[in-house]
Amino acid sequence: MNFRLGESSDTFRAEVREFLREHLPPETIERVHESGTVHDWAFHRALGAKGWIGASWPKASGGQERDPFEMTAFFEEAALAGAPLDGLHLTMMVAETLRHVGTEEQQRSILPGVLSGETLIALGYSEPQAGSDVAAVSTRAERRGDEWLINGQKVFTTMAHEARYVFLLTRTDPDVPKHRGLTMFLVPLDTPGISIQPIHTLGGERTNSTFYTDVVVSDDARVGEVDGGWDVMNVALTFERAGSGGREGERVLSRFIEWARSARDDDGQPRIADPAVRDVIARAATRIEVASLLGHRATWIYANGGLPSVEGSMGKLFWSESFQTICAELIDSIGPAGVLQHGEPEAPGAGWIEHAHRHAAVGTIYGGSSEVQREIISGRGLGLPRARPR
Amino acid sequence: MDLSLSDEQQAVRDAVRACLEQEAKPEQVRACEPLGFDASLWETLSEIGVASMVVPSDLGGMGSGLLDAALVAEELGRFVAPVPMLEHWVALRLLARAEAKDLVERLLESRAGATVSPRPARNGRFDLVPGGAVCELVVGMEESRLIAAKGDLGVALANIGSTPVAHRETAGAEALSSGPQAQALFDRALDDFRCLLAAALAGLARRVLNMAVEYVKEREQFGVPIGSFQTVSHKLADIATDVDGAELLAREAAWSSDEGEPRASQLSPMAFAFNSEVAQRAVDACLHFYGGYGFTLEYDIQLYFRRAKGWSLLLAAPGAELQRLADRLVGPAGGSQ
Repeated sequence: MNFRLGESSDTFRAEVREFLREHLPPETIERVHESGTVHDWAFHRALGAKGWIGASWPKASGGQERDPFEMTAFFEEAALAGAPLDGLHLTMMVAETLRHVGTEEQQRSILPGVLSGETLIALGYSEPQAGSDVAAVSTRAERRGDEWLINGQKVFTTMAHEARYVFLLTRTDPDVPKHRGLTMFLVPLDTPGISIQPIHTLGGERTNSTFYTDVVVSDDARVGEVDGGWDVMNVALTFERAGSGGREGERVLSRFIEWARSARDDDGQPRIADPAVRDVIARAATRIEVASLLGHRATWIYANGGLPSVEGSMGKLFWSESFQTICAELIDSIGPAGVLQHGEPEAPGAGWIEHAHRHAAVGTIYGGSSEVQREIISGRGLGLPRARPR
Repeated sequence: MDLSLSDEQQAVRDAVRACLEQEAKPEQVRACEPLGFDASLWETLSEIGVASMVVPSDLGGMGSGLLDAALVAEELGRFVAPVPMLEHWVALRLLARAEAKDLVERLLESRAGATVSPRPARNGRFDLVPGGAVCELVVGMEESRLIAAKGDLGVALANIGSTPVAHRETAGAEALSSGPQAQALFDRALDDFRCLLAAALAGLARRVLNMAVEYVKEREQFGVPIGSFQTVSHKLADIATDVDGAELLAREAAWSSDEGEPRASQLSPMAFAFNSEVAQRAVDACLHFYGGYGFTLEYDIQLYFRRAKGWSLLLAAPGAELQRLADRLVGPAGGSQ
C-alpha cells in the first residue's frame, strides 16, 4: 500500500501552485464573488496557454497526457486557492464526450477553441420538471429534413451567458420509453430563438434559465445517434472529474483556524484555546481527510482502468454532506460574528466561512443529488432491491 | 498510490480469516463471555505466528509493520475475536523499541499475553487495563518511568464489551526507561493502539453492515423485503460509505506510522475517533433494522453492539481523543502556537 499520490503528481502540484500564485490575484477572486459567475476569462485563457485545459488528453488530441493523480493535484490546488473553475468543469464534461463520440468535423471545429480557453460549453440537461429524473426532459427536437426544430426550456444552464454552445438534451421520440427517445445536440448559443435569463442562487452564484423558441439547427449539431441521447449523456457522466473532495473544506478550515488564533473571548482568551472550538476543528479535519481518501480511492480505481461508479458516488456523497456539516459547525462556533458577510471589515475569515455555508447547500443537489448517490450505492454497491419505478 | 494489499498481506489475512471462521464463530464468542478470552484461540494464533508477527525478525518475530497488523486487526474486529491481540502487539512493539529484549523473548517463548495500560499508574495501580485480566505483563507509565509489571492477573470487571479489563498492581515492576524518552516511547505505543483499534472497529463495522444487508434482503414486511424501503437502503448506503472511509483511514494511519510520515501522529487519533463513531453508528442502525429480534440476546448483532462501545472507550472518552487530535493539528491549547 502507498497513500502518496506519487512523484509526478507532487511535481505537477508544485507547478500548479506556482501558476496560481501568479495568475489568481485576489482581485480575480473578488470579481468572481461580485459577479457570481464562477469563471474568469483571463484565468481560463492562462490555463489554456499552459496547456492545462484537457491536460489529461493524449498529446495527439492536444493534451499533455497528465495522469489521474496529476489531475487530482491540479484540482486540489485549484480548490485550495479558490480558483473559479465552473466554466472549465462544465466545458470539459462535454469536450470529453465530443472527443469520444463526436464527429470528426465536430472535433475539428470545436475542440481547439476549448483547449485554447476561448470556448466554454454549458450543460442543457435540467428542466423545470426534470431534475434527478433527467430522462423525463420535454424540450422537443423535431426533424425538418436536414434540420431540427427545437422548442423548450432548460434551467440551471450555468455559464450559458458566457458560453459558445449548450449541450442540449432533447426529446425526439415521445412515444417510446423515456430513456430511448432522447437525442443530444451541441447548439450554438447565438442561434436565433434562444434567450437567457439569470437565476441568482443562495450561494451567490449566477446560473441561468434558457429558453428555446423555434430554434433551428442543422443535423451537424447532433451528437451521437438519433434517440441515442441517453448513451451520450452517460459517456459524459463517466468523465466526472477526479476526486478533489475535501480541499474546499480545507480552505474554509484554514481560514477558521487563522481567525480562532487571533480572536479573543470575553475573558481575553484566544478562541483557539476553547475546547468547543478545538472539537470542531478536529471533526472538520477528520471529515476532510476521509473525503480526500474516498476521492483518491476513486481516482486510483480509475487510474487502474476501472470505473469507480459506486466508489465515486461514495466520494461525492460523503464530501458534499460533510462540507455542509463542516461549514455549519464552523460558523456556529464563531458565534454572533459568524453571520457577518464578505465585505464587512469585522467579518471573521473575511466572511468566507459564511459564504461557504451558503454555497455548501448546493453540493448535495447538483451532479447527482445525495438521494441519487444513495440509490447507486445501495443498489449497485450493496445489491439491495429497488422500490421505485425506473 | 496503491491501495491494494501485497500478496503477503493478502495471504496473512486469508489465513487469519480462515482460522477465525473455524475458531471464532458467534457461538464460540458467546461461550467465552463474560470474560472475553478464548485460550485455545490464543494458542492457535500464537501457533500460526500471528501473536508475534510484529516482533522484529532478529528477536524471533516476522517483523511485520503496523499496517500488516492493522489488516489482521480488521479481521479480529470482523469476528469480534475474544483475544487481547491488539494489546499484545502494542506491548510487544513498545518493548522492542524500549530494547527490552529479554521480556520480548520470554513472551515469545511462554506465549503469554502482554498489554499496556493507557493511563499512568496511580497509587501503585493501573486502572482498567485492557486485557488486564488475562495478560501476564502490563507495560505503562508510573510517574516518569516506563515500567513492566508482572504481578498477578487482575480480577475481571464485568463490562459492556465483554473484554477482559482489570485493574493491575505495579508492585515489583521493572523499569524500562525514564524521563522524556519513556514518555515518547509510551505515547508512540498509544498511537499504535489507536491505529489498531481503529482497524478493528472498521472490521467490526464492515461485518455489521454485511449482516444487516443480508437481513434486510430476506426480511419481508408489507409484502416486500424491508431493504427495498429507502429509509432502510439509504441509511445502509451512508453506513457503507462511512465504513469504506473508516477502513481507508485506519490503513492510512497505520501506513503513515510505518513510513514515519509527519502526519502519522494526527492520523492515529483521527482514525480512532472517527472509526469509533462509525462503528457505533453502524451497529446502532443495523441493530435497529433487525427490529425486536435485534434487541434479543439470541441474535448475534448484540455481540457487536456491545463491543463497539466497549472498544471505543478503552483508551479515553471520545471527546478527549478529539482534543488530542486538535492538539496535534493546531498545537496545545495553552501552547505558544
